[in-house]
Amino acid sequence: MEHEYDAGAFDVAVVGAGHAGIEAGLASARLGCSTLVFTINLDAVGNCPCNPSIGGTAKGHLVREIDALGGEMGRTTDECFLQSRMLNLGKGPAVHSLRCQIDRRKYSEIMKHKLELQENLFVKQAEIVDLRHAADGVRWELVTRMGAVYTVKAVVLATGTFLGGRIYVGEVSYESGPDGMFPAAFLSKPLQKLGLRLRRFKTGTPARVLRSSIDFTGLEVQKGDDPVVPFSYDTLVPGKNRAVCHVSWTNDQTKAIILKNIGRSPLYSGHIKGIGPRYCPSIEDKIMRFQDKPRHQLFIEPCGLNTEEMYLQGMSSSLPEEVQLQFYHTIKGLEHVQIMRCAYAIEYDCVDPLQMDATLEFREQPGLYGAGQFNGSSGYEEAAAQGIVAGINAALKVQDREPMILDRASSYIGTLVDDLVTKGVTDPYRMMTSRSEYRLVLRQDNADERLTPIGRKIGLIGDERWARFQQKEQQKVDELKRAQKTIFAPSEELNQLLVSHETSPVTTGVRLAELLKRPQLNYQVLAPVDKDRPDYPAAVFENTEIELKYEGYIKRQKADIAEMRRLEGRNLPRSMDYTTVNGLRSEAQEKLNKIQPMNIGQASRISGVSPADVSVLLIWLSKEHS
Amino acid sequence: MHTIAAISTPQASGGIGIVRISGDDARTVASHVFTSVSGKTLEQIPGYTSLFGTVHDADGNFDQCVAANYRAPKSYTGENVVELSCHGGLYVIQRLLNACLSAGAVMAQPGEFTRRAFLNGKMDLTQAESVMEMISAQGKGAAAAARAGQEGLLYGRIHSVQKELTDTAAHLAAWADFPEENVPEVDSGKLEKTLKCMQSELEQMLQSFHTETILKNGVDTVIAGRPNVGKSTLMNLLSGSEKSIVTSYAGTTRDVVEDTISLGGIPLKLADTAGLHDTQDPVEQLGVLRSRRRVEGAQLILAVFDSSEALSQEDKNFVDMIGDTPAIAVVNKSDLPSKINIEYIKSQFKQIVYISALQGNGLQKLKDAVQQVLHLQQIDPAAGILFTQRQQGDVTRAGNAVSEALEALKSGMTLDAVTVCVEDAVSALLELTGESVSETIIDQVFEQFCVGK
Repeated sequence: MEHEYDAGAFDVAVVGAGHAGIEAGLASARLGCSTLVFTINLDAVGNCPCNPSIGGTAKGHLVREIDALGGEMGRTTDECFLQSRMLNLGKGPAVHSLRCQIDRRKYSEIMKHKLELQENLFVKQAEIVDLRHAADGVRWELVTRMGAVYTVKAVVLATGTFLGGRIYVGEVSYESGPDGMFPAAFLSKPLQKLGLRLRRFKTGTPARVLRSSIDFTGLEVQKGDDPVVPFSYDTLVPGKNRAVCHVSWTNDQTKAIILKNIGRSPLYSGHIKGIGPRYCPSIEDKIMRFQDKPRHQLFIEPCGLNTEEMYLQGMSSSLPEEVQLQFYHTIKGLEHVQIMRCAYAIEYDCVDPLQMDATLEFREQPGLYGAGQFNGSSGYEEAAAQGIVAGINAALKVQDREPMILDRASSYIGTLVDDLVTKGVTDPYRMMTSRSEYRLVLRQDNADERLTPIGRKIGLIGDERWARFQQKEQQKVDELKRAQKTIFAPSEELNQLLVSHETSPVTTGVRLAELLKRPQLNYQVLAPVDKDRPDYPAAVFENTEIELKYEGYIKRQKADIAEMRRLEGRNLPRSMDYTTVNGLRSEAQEKLNKIQPMNIGQASRISGVSPADVSVLLIWLSKEHS
Repeated sequence: MHTIAAISTPQASGGIGIVRISGDDARTVASHVFTSVSGKTLEQIPGYTSLFGTVHDADGNFDQCVAANYRAPKSYTGENVVELSCHGGLYVIQRLLNACLSAGAVMAQPGEFTRRAFLNGKMDLTQAESVMEMISAQGKGAAAAARAGQEGLLYGRIHSVQKELTDTAAHLAAWADFPEENVPEVDSGKLEKTLKCMQSELEQMLQSFHTETILKNGVDTVIAGRPNVGKSTLMNLLSGSEKSIVTSYAGTTRDVVEDTISLGGIPLKLADTAGLHDTQDPVEQLGVLRSRRRVEGAQLILAVFDSSEALSQEDKNFVDMIGDTPAIAVVNKSDLPSKINIEYIKSQFKQIVYISALQGNGLQKLKDAVQQVLHLQQIDPAAGILFTQRQQGDVTRAGNAVSEALEALKSGMTLDAVTVCVEDAVSALLELTGESVSETIIDQVFEQFCVGK
């Protein structure tokens, strides 16, 4: 820049104030680092440019885990949700997932205010146009469009879809960030100069329509749960449901209009080169790929209490606006719908996450971290999860403390990060329960048990929360003991209860724990006979029941975890040239050189590294160390 | 660390064969397959000591065994180790390994015992270097084998089971991960049917492994029956030479006479035994005892009867001894007038062959019967048969995981528990090609289901 000025020094800078940037900034500031958070537009802090909801399958796990570590997403969701549902009840505790519709403006407002109030944190509207090493070769300099130069010890890049953003609606295309904000048009170049391998990904969003133009008669209504289960372990009194969603379906006419106009989709005409997420297909994608499917479902979701904008989940598109209007009008309830904001596709720059370690720090650029869509993921929750990891590690680095690495057995967060930095991504990465091999252990009900001690050790869990956590853990221990000790005599009452739930009666005394192991029984059913039950929170009983019922499976997964952690504990040297290790196959050498795994465990998960290669590494490693 | 097991003696017939088990649970695994004569358990005895007893699996006892106990860290690997020494012969030793795998051990990776020994400080650097080369060479060999296998029919067969299980897992995953996106409900009846079908397919593959072993190593075949029914005549007929002394006196054969022959392409390791009967003659008693042991340990019994005489109590006692071992009733002396109670024989044997050993007829029928009783006629050589222990280990693991999935389903567990078992099965079958389970399943989810917003 021609006119630059020295704007001062901070410990940590975060580029972007979306879901990743917020968690990164808050974590860093709360750990005592002076933290600067940049946003292109202060009115876009914590914006939800796609669906007005937080959580969902596996994503709900992530929110719980972020909260358990001391993050903000869960608390804020609890403060502004409109409808809360626990998904997958009946499919087993491993896949129970919480999802909330939220008031999107309110969410953004609360988050912005939290940043503003946070000690050690300064949030600034500015576009970063350059990132470079400071003269000392250790620190970083960030330059804003206005020429302000900030010097920092660590940087977290959380640029979302702003970086090199380009919007597509039919034949119309222009450079833009999400929701009509301007894009970060200058930062890609300096990043490439630093050696970051950038690629183009794309995503899309459906139209927002006017509530009064929808005919809700005859549409299926979807209500929230009662009682509401909150996301945050801090929320002691959950709020109430305040809105409903509606369900409708596409039909033959919708399909006909889309097929007729498919040539006008930039995806099919070849204008969009970016790779879109497989799990988030546009409606034209769904119709093209699943031609035999007669209809597709869509959800009509409110965007907030103080707006009449409604979100059409399932109907994202990059077809021209006029075509969108035509096909929306074929759908029951939307016959006369008025589009307030049209659907669009957005293409953006992101990085190859194989260049990062599990701390989310770039191996070749010490002090530089990445999080969120910039790392090739998709989704608010995935972004926030990486944000808290990157923010914590940036702060720990500045403070010269040991980094925080969450392994796959600790959490969905750890699984997400490990997948990104070990397997890489070919399309925007979304969390799914099927991605975790330890999912009977990594449940949403025990996120605190798994992560709160880590959050406490790092310094993100306050005394009050910690005391409450310890009390709950003690109650879990006591209740498990009680269940194993309590014996019910074979009474008429008990046997009637058992038979009425289609499970065999007993002839001798039976322990509460034994009864809870039966799939047909639970605490609620056994309440009439379990008279001396202590007054614990529902979560304690839920946990005890799951631990008993799934004992065998949990035990087996824990054995697998112990095995995995043995290998995880054997660190590999950094910046290693694996072609010098005799006995490795050349494919393995090549992959290991590219990914530079942190330990043997990570190496063993790289595709192309065989068990024999792992043996060679283990022996080579032991030899090096002696 | 998993407890691992493998055959530690060369893959050839020998005097003894050893299965080595190493890991924390080595003694527990051993206790599932081995019972000592003295009643002592491996837990009760110190390291560097042994117990004598029998080894068994779900089908019962199958050999005598010496179990050597090594307690960590004083063992080859530095872990708890049990070495089970049985009689040589690959059939017995592979059956023992299978029993260990069923009891919870995992098939050892190439060089894994040595690797563990090294990591536990049981080996020095120079040794380590050579181990490294050895493992590397084995790795290359395994990769080549896997490549060759991929082109083979076996790969096709494993692949089709893996594909079916992956589809099942993908449906379960889509159903759980996209609850609001109109993914078809998982029908537990249909799920059970699919899993049962996969279970039987995997069992058939293991059966083919057994076939492969038979074709490679020969079938331990015992010619047995009461005295003077013509066992030795049959032996000589089959072997084409005067191996056994034939007289008209009952009890001529006192020791076991052996020979290996090929009957219709199937190698039979024949043993002609002393006639089974109660006798006061101490020499003959010894011979009879050996015959009994042979009969108990045989893979195939040619039970010889004399059609010219009524069945005696000795005949019936012998029939009772046979149990579940594949057996063929060879009704000899068909050239003489028949006095035998053939209905009784028919009720006891699935395969009956009438021969006249003296005249040398009925051999073709005997060949057919051997194929039938060993289930070899069902094995199409082009159907792909399992050929390495590694593959057998993977298929065994997959089969166990499918059984667990079925068990979870039947007991009314939620489907998340069933899902992890199905994924374990897919994981076992993907082991050879090294693909990642979750990626494979997720790819399938997006391939098959229209999910996502």
